[in-house]
Amino acid sequence: MFRSLLRQQTTVQTGFRGMATAAAQTQRIKKFQVYRWNPDTPEIEPKMKTYEVDLNHCGPMVLDAILKIKNEQDPTLTFRRSCREGICGSCAMNIGGTNTLACLCRIDTDTSKDLKIYPLPHMFVVRDLVPDLTHFYKQYKSIQPYLQRDTLPADGRENLQSIEDRAKLDGLYECILCACCSTSCPSYWWNQQQYLGPAVLMQAYRWLIDSRDEASKIRKEMLQNSMSLYRCHTIMNCARTCPKGLNPGKAIAEIKKQLAFD
Amino acid sequence: MARLSGLQREVLKLYRACIRTVKTKPVDSREHWRSYIREEFEKHRELPKKSFNVIEHLIRTGHRKFEMYSNPQIKDIH
Repeated sequence: MFRSLLRQQTTVQTGFRGMATAAAQTQRIKKFQVYRWNPDTPEIEPKMKTYEVDLNHCGPMVLDAILKIKNEQDPTLTFRRSCREGICGSCAMNIGGTNTLACLCRIDTDTSKDLKIYPLPHMFVVRDLVPDLTHFYKQYKSIQPYLQRDTLPADGRENLQSIEDRAKLDGLYECILCACCSTSCPSYWWNQQQYLGPAVLMQAYRWLIDSRDEASKIRKEMLQNSMSLYRCHTIMNCARTCPKGLNPGKAIAEIKKQLAFD
Repeated sequence: MARLSGLQREVLKLYRACIRTVKTKPVDSREHWRSYIREEFEKHRELPKKSFNVIEHLIRTGHRKFEMYSNPQIKDIH
């Protein structure tokens, strides 16, 4: 988490302070090309619609820009958003060719280039920038992402965990299930029905190594087939695109390592 | 009757499945269900049969709606 924040700060352009000094500057019109498609008129093909936004009167992030477009230019523009600070994972979309969260993605201040915004690739579109994540959530449900124990905790109240065991979960539990990684994985594009995808597999690993969980045998058996896990060919698009700076590819490799001994 | 294309057969399959499920609903609401299903399919009667993408999308959303409405807790419609 910290790493990703630091990385982004280095790209901040110095000398520009957002709205504070806006009035004195000349207009900086940036063009946004946004994917539009309306399910009510399915016979009309999807198209790109261009919106112009003056960056002097707009927040620094892409989400600020599309909110501004929705407020001032086109109220029919549809997208998911909630926390505007990268903790809910609602605003995942394909911005400038990369899957990322609109709220964590800075607008490129180079106004000569248009910014293209698409919904997450290879998902069915519900409307405009809203993808259908039903199948993704079903897959998440299929790995049983909850603590499973047969025995009661020793003190009858809490399942305790040592600091070292807890430390193993760092870099795994931060995942917000935005589906950026899964939808960037070519393997997931072609085998969406059977392959679980990086996001879900990382959570599978998170529950596999949890010291409090006692169902790891069943969990491993569920993954022990050619499709669910082994469709990962370490393409590593997942680690490159993750807006939270996590590494699902590594987690999948760890599962493979564990399964190799079975 | 002319041979149907795969897509046409799929549409018919969905329609039949919907009509069959009406039997699981309470007797006095069945007529509402039938007219609702009919209405939903009639909406796109004029669609040219070459617009494959649109038809595929409609089948997909149709299946989703079908799954939702087959829930036995949903008793009536309109």
